[in-house]
Amino acid sequence: MSTMEKLPLAVDHIPEAKRHIYDAEPVLSARELVITFGRVVGLDGVNLDLYKGEVLAVIGDNGAGKSTLIKCLTGAYVPDSGSIRLEGSPVTFRRPQDAREAGIETVYQQLAVIPALDIASNLYLGRETRRKGVLGSVFRMLDKGGMEREAGQSVQDLGIQTIQNMGQAVETLSGGQRQAVAVARAAAFGSKVVVLDEPTAALGVKESGMVLDMVKQLRDNGLAVILISHNMPHVWDVADRIHIQRLGGCAGVITPQSHDMGEGVAIMTGAKTLSG
Amino acid sequence: MTASGSAAAAEFARRRQSPVQQLQNHLHKRPWLSPLLLLFITFVAFFIATPLFLTAGAMGTLLQQTAIVAALAVGQTLVILTAGIDLSVGAIMILSMMVMASLAKDGGMPGLLALLIGIALATLAGLLNGLLVTRINLPPFIVTLGTLSIFTAIALLYSGGSSIQAEHLPRILNFLGEGFGIGAFRLTWGIVVVVLIYAVMAFVLSQTAWGRYVYAVGDDAESARLSGVPSKRILLAVYTVAGLIYGIAGWVLIGRAGSATPNAVPTANLDSITAVVIGGTSLFGGRGRLIGTLIGALIVQTFDFGLSLIGVNQQWRVLAIGVLIVVAVAVDQWIRKVKS
Repeated sequence: MSTMEKLPLAVDHIPEAKRHIYDAEPVLSARELVITFGRVVGLDGVNLDLYKGEVLAVIGDNGAGKSTLIKCLTGAYVPDSGSIRLEGSPVTFRRPQDAREAGIETVYQQLAVIPALDIASNLYLGRETRRKGVLGSVFRMLDKGGMEREAGQSVQDLGIQTIQNMGQAVETLSGGQRQAVAVARAAAFGSKVVVLDEPTAALGVKESGMVLDMVKQLRDNGLAVILISHNMPHVWDVADRIHIQRLGGCAGVITPQSHDMGEGVAIMTGAKTLSG
Repeated sequence: MTASGSAAAAEFARRRQSPVQQLQNHLHKRPWLSPLLLLFITFVAFFIATPLFLTAGAMGTLLQQTAIVAALAVGQTLVILTAGIDLSVGAIMILSMMVMASLAKDGGMPGLLALLIGIALATLAGLLNGLLVTRINLPPFIVTLGTLSIFTAIALLYSGGSSIQAEHLPRILNFLGEGFGIGAFRLTWGIVVVVLIYAVMAFVLSQTAWGRYVYAVGDDAESARLSGVPSKRILLAVYTVAGLIYGIAGWVLIGRAGSATPNAVPTANLDSITAVVIGGTSLFGGRGRLIGTLIGALIVQTFDFGLSLIGVNQQWRVLAIGVLIVVAVAVDQWIRKVKS
């Protein structure tokens, strides 16, 4: 089977201006993902479609399987069964590097930035570019100037104004600025999908606002974004659709327009079920 | 509105920096500044204390004395940058030196072959350290404490505990003790080799992706791994390259000492660690420059050499080095708390 049936959308509740996004084929789709850890069922046949130009939030209580789901999509876990397709073609990610090379970038909760290195070095960590000619090929010399320029451009593209000097060590930055560096890295290299795991969890109000603006910017730049968050106001602020995980399965997909936060939390905790 | 607001905030933050904070910032960016200042003060002090100190002959001797510890300290810097520690530096150097010398003298092997086997053995010894650290996940302190005893014992058993004089060795093994004079200032090939090691490794650390990964792994191994840095491979390579450098140090030592002696340079381990720490490299990993290590090695040897020149009890040197280590680590802790 070369094409996969699209999952039904809560399309009535998607604003008119955004409908066209969902006419296209999903960038990333997962079907019947199952993963078990010994006798514990991590995912119990989860389906998901992600479209270019949308922010799909994944919410759920602790242990509902949201991190597990994301780890299966980004290669940190290998599901026991089920299939994942990227732009229509089946993919199997054995390691996070596989997903990264396929164009899926993850911003981890623990940030994965190196405090002692500067911003440009962090943006290019693991993907350094070398100088042209003999200096690069024989002496393996890094193209520091080029990387610094490109890094500055990536940061500017995201509309981050509080970071100016790419040669600044990351440890001298605030939590929000560090998060911005991590997001900028994902944006610079994630050609298709960017996954953000709790990007505002450790941040104050103002810095959260800055990070949420970046998330919107990523979407407006045409990427598909998955946002995992415990913070309902943030989810309702930026998400186009909300995937609710509950007890290892998907309890439903809603939109900020179709349900309010209270209803979302009720579905998440099982106090209410999604009908239709 | 945010642009002008944050610019104003940045301006405000700049103005609020006291001179002490500015100093902290400078040291944070250039951790080798304080050791350089210290080296300068040491030189001035000894120059005032004795006219014999700042002569060409004395400086040549000082450099020759520094060469061994300086070479070992390069490997030690690599390991410490990854937040490890290497207690087997001296043992690996002695092992490779004794093997080179024995193969050439008792085994009748051509000098070059004996030299290469000795250096290869040191590289393998470093590889073994690396394998134990990365595959069995043992702390570097424990691994190298164990291999310190193992390599020392092998060197003693192999050589029968006796030393081999230079005159029984082929020229190539003694070659690094030879040199050339510029007036009364005598430079050995050993010093040239050590300077080359510094130049190559400083380039690798500051200009290549591999060097950047060494810092990244030492600063935050998990974040480095998540960023796609092959952490284990980098660690393994660090210990192996360190072994290679200790092997070359063994070659330099034969030339310097004029013999291969199994109990030579008993203070090699602590001196190499001291040079690294005084040179501004953080024992917690991820921070430091090779140039700092070179300055650190020079400071250690200058104290040693200068105090013996003015005839002061050696215990004062031990005491002074001890104070320096504590001060260097305290300064490191302080400059880590830097705020932008």
